[in-house]
Amino acid sequence: MIRVVLPAHLRTLARIGSGEVQLEVDGPVTQGTVLDALEARYPMLRGTLRDQVTHVRRPFIRFFACQEDWSNAPPDTPLPEAVCTGAEPFLVVGAVAGG
Amino acid sequence: MSKVRVLVGTRKGAFILTADGKRQHWEVSGPHFGGWEIYHMKGSPADPDRLYASQSTGWFGQLIQRSNDGGQTWEPVGNKFVYDGVPGTHLWYDNTPHPWEFKRVWHLEPSTTDPNMVYAGVEDAALFRTLDGGQTWQELPGMRGHETGPGWHPGSGGMCLHTILMDPSNSSRMYIAISSAGAFRSDDCGETWRPINRGLHSAFLPDPAAEVGHCVHRIAMHRSRPNVLYMQKHWDVMRSGDGGDSWHEVSGNLPTDFGFVIDVHSHDPETIYVVPIKSDGEHFPPEGKLRVFRSRTGGNEWEPLSKGLPQSNCYVNVLRDAMAVDSLDECGIYFGTTGGQVYASADSGDTWSAIVHDLPAVFSVEVQTLG
Repeated sequence: MIRVVLPAHLRTLARIGSGEVQLEVDGPVTQGTVLDALEARYPMLRGTLRDQVTHVRRPFIRFFACQEDWSNAPPDTPLPEAVCTGAEPFLVVGAVAGG
Repeated sequence: MSKVRVLVGTRKGAFILTADGKRQHWEVSGPHFGGWEIYHMKGSPADPDRLYASQSTGWFGQLIQRSNDGGQTWEPVGNKFVYDGVPGTHLWYDNTPHPWEFKRVWHLEPSTTDPNMVYAGVEDAALFRTLDGGQTWQELPGMRGHETGPGWHPGSGGMCLHTILMDPSNSSRMYIAISSAGAFRSDDCGETWRPINRGLHSAFLPDPAAEVGHCVHRIAMHRSRPNVLYMQKHWDVMRSGDGGDSWHEVSGNLPTDFGFVIDVHSHDPETIYVVPIKSDGEHFPPEGKLRVFRSRTGGNEWEPLSKGLPQSNCYVNVLRDAMAVDSLDECGIYFGTTGGQVYASADSGDTWSAIVHDLPAVFSVEVQTLG
């Protein structure tokens, strides 16, 4: 079970409430497969984290896991074992910017 | 009994203001989508409880929301806006080629007959349409693909297609405007377009009378005379009597002819409204006095309307989509400011009062006359 933490605005959009999202991911657990599973469960999130066609991450979105920034890692890079086992969450973070 | 519903898009959410036909006591609903920019919200003329809203932020991009109950509940619908084919380039601020990139939806224009058909004007300038209530969007590529497109520049607010007007007497004819490419007309349901900028004069262009490149801020028409168009340009208030084939200036005695909004009285096609703004460098009313100017002669002769509006120390702006009129017997006029006020007049502009004072900066105002 993969645990995903979303920014508040996206939890509101997807009507998730205040908690984490728990996802089943088939096959290798990567940034790409986690986002695929997230968007399949919550189609309204399509386009909010990455481009719907190119899958390029939106500029003000970051991905963190196990105290590391995975934002610029290739999307097919395996995520840490602690994320795969659910010991640690995969964090989707909105940049501290704007007003 | 008749009722009005005012749809207000702001920098930090949407608000819905409702009142009965007297328009004295208002109920305020919102914020809907709190924290998000709502560039525009508009109801379907064919089903007034069907509303569409353009919701976006720099963080999460573009969403489209739809309501089937007059804005009480909403659901996100399709937000995939993909240019048809290879988008190519337009010109950037430094005159170099720049790829066409979708950024946001500025304006949603529901069909007058089909609640599931909506046109969307977007930045970078293009026209999209949905036929399934917003679930999917397809570009009408003849607009962006116009032969002059590679030479279009963005205005300072971005290269936005911000105005969409449907001709109520001719279902094949529609108008759009782009900052800063100018105005265009289609006579074949949006398939092909031609610039309609003859008579416009823009001093910032190498050729001030160029076919395209004009910073048109807003166009308005009265449904009883769709060949008569009014335009608030970057500078100049203009009028066309021939569907945009030619324009002439009607700024007349305005204190300044810079501004963003322009609208037409719902029962008198010769009565029009603008809000003069000091200049392109100072986006606030002249002398700190917020005044709507009304012409009862289709332009040239203007009278200031200030009763109920702040007449000192007022330095707000009124953005291009932030004025609307209702169609009650005594025409109501509404506009929103970047200071968060929404002002209403229930007597064609003679007197004004603020429905709300302290909203986030207002991007857009639309009004529905119900019942």
